[in-house]
Amino acid sequence: MEFVYEVEGGDFTKAGNASSAVKKTLKQLNVSPKIVKRIVVALYEAEVNIVAHAYKGTISVNINQDQIHIVLDDVGPGIPDIDLAMQEGYSTASSKVREMGFGAGMGLPNIKKNVDDLKVSSEVDKGTKVEMKTYL
Amino acid sequence: MKVCDLVEKLNLTVFCGEQGINNEVEGAYTSDLLSDVMGNVDEGQVWITLQTHRNIMAIASLKEVAAIILVKGYKPEQAAIDQSNEEGIPILGTDMETFEASGVLFTLLNEEKGKYGAF
Repeated sequence: MEFVYEVEGGDFTKAGNASSAVKKTLKQLNVSPKIVKRIVVALYEAEVNIVAHAYKGTISVNINQDQIHIVLDDVGPGIPDIDLAMQEGYSTASSKVREMGFGAGMGLPNIKKNVDDLKVSSEVDKGTKVEMKTYL
Repeated sequence: MKVCDLVEKLNLTVFCGEQGINNEVEGAYTSDLLSDVMGNVDEGQVWITLQTHRNIMAIASLKEVAAIILVKGYKPEQAAIDQSNEEGIPILGTDMETFEASGVLFTLLNEEKGKYGAF
């Protein structure tokens, strides 16, 4: 089963809508609440990253019997140094975004903590791809 | 303890989301960093913050918190009010500062635990 959601960059009013839709779907599919909770944390962070940093992106959620595979693909500035971006506390968010309470540099570490497999690949000035896998 | 008990005991303003006034309160979490809240708040907890924009409701809804308490007399933005009413997660308010509000709530919840010997 695959579901695809569009995310608009810069539009904080809609941040979380895709995560909310995925949460509903996972609950309907009777995925265990513990797993749903972890995926929701990871997915929200990744969604907000697209909103805060990219121009637009898509989220595809693939569910089968063994795993939930989520891919977030964005068109945006990309990440020059992924290891640095993975460090807790490192952030390139604007001061406006920080004032809202985002941009604490906890997003990627939060994602890593809440999925079984995380792969981040990026090309500067093109975009970033975040793949997360959770085994059922 | 329910959200309505907190409202009464701490003399809180109920801005919106009144349908959720009987939500059960399991604890509380205090933070203004959204990722910190996302990663650490638990279902059924009350979230104490000074953030007032609509994204607090996105987090409250995803994490299924019992209610949000805004400190220092802050009021929620209209978009947050609308979503709070849709989701039935109350946004409450107090003039207390964060430290005081957290302390009072901590004491109250601990007394409650002691009374029923839950922990």
